[in-house]
Amino acid sequence: MTAASARPRISPAAIGAWLGVAPFFLFSLLFLVLPLRLLIAGAFQDGAGAFTLANFAQLLTPSIASSYAFSIEISAVSALLGAVFGTLISAAVVLGGLPAWMRSMVATFSGVASNFAGVPLAFAFVETIGRVGLVTALLRNGLGVDIYRHGFNLLSFWGLTVTYLYFQIPLMVLIITPAIEGLRREWREAAESLGAGAFDYWRRVAIPVLAPSFIGATLLLFANSFGAVATAYALSTGFPIITLQLFAQIRGDVLHNENLGYAIAVGMIALTALSNLGYIWLRSRADRWVK
Amino acid sequence: MSKGKPLSTGKPWAWIVIVAAAIYFLVPLLATFEFSLRLKREAYSFEAYSIVLADPKFHASFLYSTLMALATIGLGALIVVPTAYWVQLRLRNLRPIVEFVTLLPLVIPAIVLVFGYLRLYNSSSWLPLTGSSFGSDILLAFGYVTLALPYMYRAVDTGLRAIDVRSLTEAAESLGASQTRILWSVILPNIRVAVLSGAFLTFAIVIGEFTFASLLDRPAFGPYLQLIGANRAYEPAALAIIAFLVTWACMALLNVVGGRRTQTQR
Repeated sequence: MTAASARPRISPAAIGAWLGVAPFFLFSLLFLVLPLRLLIAGAFQDGAGAFTLANFAQLLTPSIASSYAFSIEISAVSALLGAVFGTLISAAVVLGGLPAWMRSMVATFSGVASNFAGVPLAFAFVETIGRVGLVTALLRNGLGVDIYRHGFNLLSFWGLTVTYLYFQIPLMVLIITPAIEGLRREWREAAESLGAGAFDYWRRVAIPVLAPSFIGATLLLFANSFGAVATAYALSTGFPIITLQLFAQIRGDVLHNENLGYAIAVGMIALTALSNLGYIWLRSRADRWVK
Repeated sequence: MSKGKPLSTGKPWAWIVIVAAAIYFLVPLLATFEFSLRLKREAYSFEAYSIVLADPKFHASFLYSTLMALATIGLGALIVVPTAYWVQLRLRNLRPIVEFVTLLPLVIPAIVLVFGYLRLYNSSSWLPLTGSSFGSDILLAFGYVTLALPYMYRAVDTGLRAIDVRSLTEAAESLGASQTRILWSVILPNIRVAVLSGAFLTFAIVIGEFTFASLLDRPAFGPYLQLIGANRAYEPAALAIIAFLVTWACMALLNVVGGRRTQTQR
């Protein structure tokens, strides 16, 4: 193809192969590696470009630390609840003997709902459990219960959690269903032939087999809600979560310190990277059973 | 839903779980739909939908995001298909690196990525993409390719594993086909189902995306939704229903081309 083909050790096909993957590596360099390098380098520099750890120390100032804490809490709670409810739904569909059309409907709906995040999701919850939402109004007018008088608020920790569950639960259903389908009938039969009841089977066989998948998927759900921006932003730009603080910083350097912004971003990467690595590691363990 | 019917199959606990789930997932949709019909005080009407569908900004932003999704799918396929093909056929030792890179967008939150783009490609940088409107469009498209990369790569890789890449390539080579020709007219038609699956998922992700579009200041559908939500009462409900239907259509098409296989990637 080129002059290099004169060299005997590099075949034209090999050159073609490397040319074929070149766009991918150029793309990765420009849109993943270099942007990350800039953020990480900037996080370790002061305004004059000298090395410092001060930016990371400043992450501990109350306004930033509290946003991190709120984000971590909401991600952990929505991940855990999403994982539990998603597993229940998946178990009901796979093990509950429901009609086949219901299984495929749940699978399709999960695909839709796990992608129905962001601004429209916020609208839907405002119309449902917002101050004048349908459910709020029905409870007030029908049962005489004003949930907003009883401490509920859509623009609060639990309001945001209930909203996030709308994409967390279906994502869990999609991830955990293959694992639950992988529970083999023979294992149950073997357990029963050894005298195990349903409780023993779940405690000693099913739950240990499912645990890596379950924990791994929970970690993925954690990262999923930790990085979420649009849903919270559309509900209220004032939500004290770290993504919205970073959003404001990107828009207008509200912290008056570019490098502190980089440190916030790097802190977020560290958290999501940790939880994703946990997911990948646990999934490789889980794959030993689900085959 | 199915409370009244006799529960001929299924265990009671399973039905309780499903009915509870149905309530949680359907009530917000019903509430939103009901609210979207209330623009005229006296009776239900589709007035909010008429207003939204007649809004030139709706047309412009929806068209913009549709074109952006198509650009993303095209660019994504151009980058992913040859890479996955060569990794499968000849560069097997690159597989761990390529797989690691394609997983990175799941690890790095989108808002962090766009932060990096804005500072790396600012108007005084070596590649001042954010300095012009066209440059920002390019940046947004490549940003979306990054977001879609994990899904696109997984879909194409699965498709390639299902066919005999080596035999197909050798057969085409023995007939004198060039490498571009092999990829375009032999490999691509054989994995079009996989590419289409990736494409529909990409479309669903891109069409209402907010963070990238908003921070790059692009006239996309996501920021338009947010703007309407902040300023109007009934139109956001109508838009939420429309957005849900678009997402649903993407997933239905995904299921149709995927032969009704349960998709587990995300």
